[in-house]
Amino acid sequence: MCETLLDVRGLCHSFPLGAGRYLRAVDGVSFRIRKGEIFGLVGESGSGKSTVARCVMNILRPQAGSILYRGVDVCDPAQFRANRRMLQTERQIIFQDSSSSLDQRMKVADIIAEPLAVNHIVPPRGSLRAEAAFQLRYVGMDPAYLDRYPPELSGGQRQRVAIARALTMEPSLLVADEPIAALDVSIQAQIINLFRHLQAEHGFTFLFIAHDLAVVRYLCDRVGVLYRGKLVEMAPTKELFDRPLHPYTKALLSAIPIPDPRRERARTRFHFDEAAFDRTGGFVQVSPEHFVLGGKEAEP
Amino acid sequence: MTADADRAEKLLDVGRLSVTFASPAGAVEAVRDVSLDLAPGEILAIVGESGCGKSALCRAIMKLLPASARVQADRLAVAGTDIRGLSERDMCALRGRLCSMVFQDPMTSLDPTMRIGAQIAEAVLAHEPGMKKDAVRRRVLELMDMVGIEDPPARYRLYPHDLSGGMRQRAVLAIALASRPRLLIADEPTTALDVTVQGQILDLLRDIQRGLGAGAVLVTHDLAVAARAADRTAVMYAGRIVEIGTTEEIFYDPRHPYTWGLLASLPSLAAEGRPLYAIPGMPPTLSPPPKGDAFACRNRYALAIDYDQAPPLFQVSPTHYAATWLLDPRAPAVARPVGGELHV
Ligand SMILES: Nc1ncnc2c1ncn2[C@@H]1O[C@H](COP(=O)(O)OP(=O)(O)OP(=O)(O)O)[C@@H](O)[C@H]1O
Ligand SMILES: Nc1ncnc2c1ncn2[C@@H]1O[C@H](COP(=O)(O)OP(=O)(O)OP(=O)(O)O)[C@@H](O)[C@H]1O
Ligand SMILES: [Mg+2]
Ligand SMILES: [Mg+2]
Repeated sequence: MCETLLDVRGLCHSFPLGAGRYLRAVDGVSFRIRKGEIFGLVGESGSGKSTVARCVMNILRPQAGSILYRGVDVCDPAQFRANRRMLQTERQIIFQDSSSSLDQRMKVADIIAEPLAVNHIVPPRGSLRAEAAFQLRYVGMDPAYLDRYPPELSGGQRQRVAIARALTMEPSLLVADEPIAALDVSIQAQIINLFRHLQAEHGFTFLFIAHDLAVVRYLCDRVGVLYRGKLVEMAPTKELFDRPLHPYTKALLSAIPIPDPRRERARTRFHFDEAAFDRTGGFVQVSPEHFVLGGKEAEP
Repeated sequence: MTADADRAEKLLDVGRLSVTFASPAGAVEAVRDVSLDLAPGEILAIVGESGCGKSALCRAIMKLLPASARVQADRLAVAGTDIRGLSERDMCALRGRLCSMVFQDPMTSLDPTMRIGAQIAEAVLAHEPGMKKDAVRRRVLELMDMVGIEDPPARYRLYPHDLSGGMRQRAVLAIALASRPRLLIADEPTTALDVTVQGQILDLLRDIQRGLGAGAVLVTHDLAVAARAADRTAVMYAGRIVEIGTTEEIFYDPRHPYTWGLLASLPSLAAEGRPLYAIPGMPPTLSPPPKGDAFACRNRYALAIDYDQAPPLFQVSPTHYAATWLLDPRAPAVARPVGGELHV
């Protein structure tokens, strides 16, 4: 259970803003995900979560740092080429804006089965269509939708097609960038239970990106908190929610919405003063698995 | 006379609206017989399962449905203007000035080839043609700032795909607000936003609504969003409104078994280590919708009549209605499994 599947070290990525200015979207981020673990990445909008995800999936090339998947440095062109098939079949991503990443001219059945077809994998359930029907049911949709096109689906239905497509490959690592934000609570619950099942019964490992902290608290084993491209805190989920240490984490947790009108409207939140943010310190270990930014000590 | 005056006061007046999509697999009845209204300054949340017709309802109000859709309504009026017979040209003039919409999928409503600042500027100019270049730029920066886009001068020049998901959504909101609409229809405006910003945007929406006497229809699947921002909440299922009331009535005194199921699915209510409650089964495909109450086969409280005849909306209070046979005087009493002030 303790084997490391993904090891991200000192990841940095900047985007040009024009006029010689750069935006440090990800700045020295390090974390490890163990095999069979659900690792959550949370943080405000623009904090760099999707950029981390895209680096992990080789969609972006980081400017510094390394990403090891099963010990293979995925950013090293030679190692990538030597392991291309393994890397392409074992890692799958559900994009944040997956609705618009679906091919509008393909039928649902073909979208879901495409990764199998492209990788010449024999469909375990007989035919590509049977496979697509199975996966669609898995995400709570009637197989009657197999012959529809994406524009004929609702937002949440498109999102579930994207999830089903990622699942057909039975990936070892599933990078899920806000996979359920577009779904209503009952279907969210189905998908969360599904992810749990995939973790427990099929040994899936997840990098789970979300802003819904109630979901993260329920689903993830460990959580990392990003702020302005910096990982400010990382801990097992329960520990993070019970004992947040970084002021940004505290502010974030205090903002969790409460589905109760009177309490939601009456409560107060912490505000995090960005001027007080010190990005220079190191990651301090406060307990075996709990790290917080702001000291001078060693890396995790 | 008073009824007419009453009607003119309303920002939105929808009576028995239905939307049907033609599709090769048969007609899809996406919205069925929906009636609702909205007063100035009011925010109405619409919640409900994926595919239940929320977006179709919004697009019908904006007259932005694809050609494959057929719309029928007894009443469909925005700020007293009956829009049923309006041509696309007249409707264009109304959109923006009277009503604007924030779409669910921010990427599809932004032009990927155009810088974000220019897109917002276009919306500002559409509303106030002839505005000076400097003034437009100032207004765009002000709008970007208002929706919480940081460092607007730098982000002005970026293309949509250079923005994070949450920032794209804020850009779309800025475009919708550029025309200072009286009615804002926001389809999942906060799904891509983190909780801190989500709170800010909802408060912003509320302030704008109150300040301008404008109104908003807020589609969301996030019950906490409704709890925070909405005066009233409508619950949709399979194309119908199954329950509508003040937000407090829906949360503290829910009457429809589907609303109970939604409230029970909230992860914040889950016991540690236990699977989340999910309403059993799948929502029906709407081509055609099932006979009787569409929720019956997933409803453990279903009565024999549910399989045969769709329930009407029963009145619970002057502001609260629910479409379930459980409210019929002849129905057996059932204990409500959720609701009340017990939410953790
Ligand atoms: N191609 C790009 N060019 C310039 N800036 C970019 C580009 N892609 C991302 N950015 C910027 O990098 C930062 C991090 O973006 P990222 O998409 O990783 O954020 P995120 O944490 O996923 O946010 P969200 O929760 O809103 O999706 C943002 O400020 C974004 O505007
Ligand atoms: N162009 C179309 N042709 C055929 N069916 C359609 C079309 N657009 C939507 N539908 C169907 O109509 C129903 C209602 O869709 P709508 O987009 O209104 O759902 P929604 O409530 O907004 O869901 P979500 O929360 O997932 O966005 C869905 O079952 C969908 O599959
Ligand atoms: Mg993102
Ligand atoms: Mg929708």
